[in-house]
Amino acid sequence: MNEKPEKLIDKKGIRLDGRKADELRPLKLQVGVLSNADGSAYIEHGKNKILAAAFGPREMHPKHLVQADRMVLRCRYHMAPFSVQERKSPAPSRREVELSKVIKECLEPALFLELYPRTGVDVFIEVLQADGGTRCASITAAALAIADAGVPMRDLVVACAAGKVDDTVVLDLYDAEDKLGVADVPVAYMPNLNAITLLQMDGILTSAELEKAITMATDGCKKIYEMQKEALKTKYMVVKEVEE
Amino acid sequence: MPTFFEKKQLVTPGELLAEGDYLPGENTYVEANKIYASRIGLVDADNKKVNVVALKAFYVPKMGDIVIGTVVEVGFNGWTVDIKAPYTALLRASDVLSRPFKPQNDELSQVLNAGDLIVAKIASYDRAHDPQLTVGEPGLGKITRGQILRVTPTKIPRVIGRKGSMISMIKQETGCQIILGLNGVILVTGKNIEDEELAITAIRKIEQESHTSGLTDRITQLLKEKKGNGNTVEEKTNE
Repeated sequence: MNEKPEKLIDKKGIRLDGRKADELRPLKLQVGVLSNADGSAYIEHGKNKILAAAFGPREMHPKHLVQADRMVLRCRYHMAPFSVQERKSPAPSRREVELSKVIKECLEPALFLELYPRTGVDVFIEVLQADGGTRCASITAAALAIADAGVPMRDLVVACAAGKVDDTVVLDLYDAEDKLGVADVPVAYMPNLNAITLLQMDGILTSAELEKAITMATDGCKKIYEMQKEALKTKYMVVKEVEE
Repeated sequence: MPTFFEKKQLVTPGELLAEGDYLPGENTYVEANKIYASRIGLVDADNKKVNVVALKAFYVPKMGDIVIGTVVEVGFNGWTVDIKAPYTALLRASDVLSRPFKPQNDELSQVLNAGDLIVAKIASYDRAHDPQLTVGEPGLGKITRGQILRVTPTKIPRVIGRKGSMISMIKQETGCQIILGLNGVILVTGKNIEDEELAITAIRKIEQESHTSGLTDRITQLLKEKKGNGNTVEEKTNE
């Protein structure tokens, strides 16, 4: 990332990393990678590498955070010092605190919070390598970790971004497109309930473009959801095979 | 009123299971007259009731359940007990002493200390209060000998078997006393360590193969084989 390239999309509609406008980056998902956590997941979304671990429901500490009528979900999004090209201070930055909150709020609708009052579920998200769209990949992994912990859920939550690069609306922006592009729209989505739980926009879009970006992102989410489901089933498939 | 699954299919949270005239069973929920799964597990329909047998879950206290817990703290008038649930349980001193508790006469840590294991029954529990335990029944109280093992709480019914067929068979074959805590903790006490180990291998096998049919027969076979081997070894050493 030295100089801004003249064009992020060439005449044939191919992006800098060789993808078409509506193409996702290659994805790899794995469930149950950490043995000390109640549930865990690992995601490789393009060059993003993210670990998520979930604990609980368990007693809340410190006690003053306990809610008498519902369960509390806590999220910690953290980037490792080596996750970006220039060393990132390990202390939580403004951006990380915000993302933690945003991720927490987009996962909450998927949980039955009222079922286990006075308890807490903790989700820890560790970004090992970042390349744009980490919040979306984090949400996808966090939802898997919670499901793997055995916490009842309404639906899995999937997230994917769309945005505008040069003059085109494209799916799943990577680092360079995110920084040099016109706009970025991350969307988190519950596919079976057809509900959006996170919608942000950074940049400027016309209303028609925004609508196109949202449909594009939700379509991307549906594709990722299939992989998410597959990853979760793979861990428990071993149990099923014995049955036959 | 269609259903959208095959028998014993593996489902993930949020998967649509049935629509219309069905009842939501375990690990499912209803939204807009449709039944969805809420945990990863295997679906099964029993008449009109759609159930998901969870493959991963945690223990939720229920009144009357027998559980096995660890004393974590000795308090002023009772103990706090870890029962491997989202809530820690309380055991009152007067319940254990079966007489009025007087702080000046009784030293609680001499009755039960931190780290002690107890078999207890859940006396009361609701949304607003932590579960309360009782040991005032025969068979309950401090554990003095035996071995402890943990399984996923959802697998306990499989260890019990239909009408207790599995557990009574293991007890009979190994000569061990087995107490199943519904929170997934199991206590095995036998005459010697070999018997206990045998019972533990059997329970571990049940945990691993909990979804297969004809398991009781295979466990019986396993126990008989192992017991045969054990005896021959013993005979050799005796000679």
